[in-house]
Amino acid sequence: MSYPSKHLLAIEGLEPPHIADLLDLAESYALLNRSGKTQRDLLKGRTLINLFFEDSTRTRTSFELAGKRLGADVINMSVSTSSVNKGETLLDTASTLNAMQCDLLVIRHAQSGAPALLSQKVDAAVINAGDGTHEHPTQALLDALTIRRHKGSLQGLVVAICGDIAHSRVARSNIHLLTTMGSRVRVVGPPTLIPADAARLGVEVFHDMKAGLKDADVVMMLRLQRERMSGGLVPSAREFFRFYGLDAEKLAVAKPDSIVMHPGPMNRGVEIDSAIADHPTRSVIGEQVEMGVACRMAVLDVLARRLPRNR
Amino acid sequence: MRDLLITNARLLDPASGLDGPGALLVRDGVIADLGPGLTAPEGAEVLDAAGCCLAPGLVDLRANVGEPGSEHRESIASAAAAAAAGGITTLCVLPDTDPALDDPALLSFMVRRGEATGSVSLLPYGAATAGCAGKELAEFGLLREAGAIAFTDGAKAIGNARTMRLALSYARAFGAFVVQHPEEPTLAAGGAATEGELATRLGLPAIPPAAEAMMVARDIALARITGGHVHFAHVSTIAALDLIRAAKAEGLQVTADTAPPYFDLNETAIGDYRTYAKLSPPLRTEADRQAIVAALKDGTLDAIASDHQPRDADDKRLPFAQAEAGGAGLATLLGVTLARVHGGDLTMLEALALLTCKPAALLGLPVGRLAKGAPADLVLFHPDRGWKVEAGKLPGKAQNSPFDGRALEGRVFGTWKAGRRVFPA
Repeated sequence: MSYPSKHLLAIEGLEPPHIADLLDLAESYALLNRSGKTQRDLLKGRTLINLFFEDSTRTRTSFELAGKRLGADVINMSVSTSSVNKGETLLDTASTLNAMQCDLLVIRHAQSGAPALLSQKVDAAVINAGDGTHEHPTQALLDALTIRRHKGSLQGLVVAICGDIAHSRVARSNIHLLTTMGSRVRVVGPPTLIPADAARLGVEVFHDMKAGLKDADVVMMLRLQRERMSGGLVPSAREFFRFYGLDAEKLAVAKPDSIVMHPGPMNRGVEIDSAIADHPTRSVIGEQVEMGVACRMAVLDVLARRLPRNR
Repeated sequence: MRDLLITNARLLDPASGLDGPGALLVRDGVIADLGPGLTAPEGAEVLDAAGCCLAPGLVDLRANVGEPGSEHRESIASAAAAAAAGGITTLCVLPDTDPALDDPALLSFMVRRGEATGSVSLLPYGAATAGCAGKELAEFGLLREAGAIAFTDGAKAIGNARTMRLALSYARAFGAFVVQHPEEPTLAAGGAATEGELATRLGLPAIPPAAEAMMVARDIALARITGGHVHFAHVSTIAALDLIRAAKAEGLQVTADTAPPYFDLNETAIGDYRTYAKLSPPLRTEADRQAIVAALKDGTLDAIASDHQPRDADDKRLPFAQAEAGGAGLATLLGVTLARVHGGDLTMLEALALLTCKPAALLGLPVGRLAKGAPADLVLFHPDRGWKVEAGKLPGKAQNSPFDGRALEGRVFGTWKAGRRVFPA
């Protein structure tokens, strides 16, 4: 079943075969990347623009590398957050991009729905690289690929997503992807960081971390942003670490061969203990980054196939 | 002015319960006679209504007309044109403008600007607090003398309980009520949608529906201790309706209205980040929508207001949370209300009462009825004739209709203000 859209704006709405196809393709790119025979000309003559309205090193670099490995001309546009509080800029930017004849547009924006709005106004294929508290679809794909490489399949796995679920686009995309692929998803966090009607998304909600981690195959930690504490949602970092930070004691209740993930960047000592983050066998955080490039290559490949031949 | 006889009409007067064929005679701006078997006096102009409905011109309890301060969105002239096209002949306008209508001179100016249109009575609310800032009370007495129909801070809730208590108490001296935007502001701050599964999926900052009920509960308690009259604007949730129903049963001076989006749409209209459906209060669940319909029927709600909030393209073509809330409502007030008649939820007279005599009674106005001696404010419409709401083609300047694309039955063919035809102009 071929990928159904011109854009990749969200995981929600994708069917299992779409996701499986993307993961299979990403897997082949992962093998190719490891073999060192990386340079390809699939996107030769295509322009890829990384349009980042929020700071990001990891995701932007990952897309940049993916585009270059496929032969695209890659341009990074970092728009300082101070100048874009007015949304006219977003649509002004759209007309600029159309004039530049951009083929593939990767966008990160602090507002939920901003990539969807832009996709209505630009000719390019739009890839959501994180929008507000909505979705971060390529993160979910790279997480799924990492899990699949360790566990063989996503079907029936128990995945515990822990921390600030309410404000996490990573959590939303992962919930949609993993439940679609047959995993059993738990969300773990204090009630102030669990969104309304979370159970309606097809997950089990836990406020006690050990109960949530019990017999889990995968433990996925999320970044706790500092402003959540100033906003009163969590009283303090030390209290958060005591009850919801991942340390050896809490991890002991998960399956002995469970893996630990984090989308980065980590707050060591807030949501994750360094000993766990750097654990040689349990932590797959480094591999997530590697799979990120492969997944983004797969997404660019699939979307480029739907682009008009020449423009 | 020549006499005008509108013949062969279906006369609809919700105040008296009249629904029957007949004619209506207009002389010197007032209704001179009505009923079956009227004949045209010498020299009268005769209009054959061809069986269309003739009803009192609509009384719209709440609209923002862009003036002063937002003339790029709407003006009194453009709003008056849209109102006439929608069959509205009395338009109550909100004071949370720039500057706010907290000054008697400004208020009289608005009244005169309305009179200059010749097509609509423009009745301003006075600001409840200076600058609609929610702190010191405005000059209720002087504003009332200048023509303020009631007091409100418009789309801003009066958040401070003591201020609201004083407003309800002080307004009694001038026989006025206080209109509240019922939303607890600290709970609602930054919210763009109703809290629940949909907002969670879309990743939007959300407002718990209880923010409405808790403000309604608080103000009912304040009405009880002050003996004042509180009116709740655009009520949208089940819990708030239950509180209002109980307060009315208790005999408190509590009234309320809603607006068409809250009985015609539910929160799914914001799917795919559709900013035209971003309103304040936000659209609610389907269960809430159904409860609003029931409350229109059972009398818990006293009126339907257009809740007209003009926004231009730059206000709306933004990511959802950054886009401005508010929908245009003048041109669609009648059509969307009639959809509940066609849907079998309300009778024609029940629906029209909520748009005419009931809001007029609330304001103590002599309009909103077909009666001998009443002002000849009239609307002639065909209840079944269809049209499609299309943003960009609506009368008036504001095009931000949450009903964009909606097919409606009920088309206005003529509007008269004090006997003068104002639509088609």
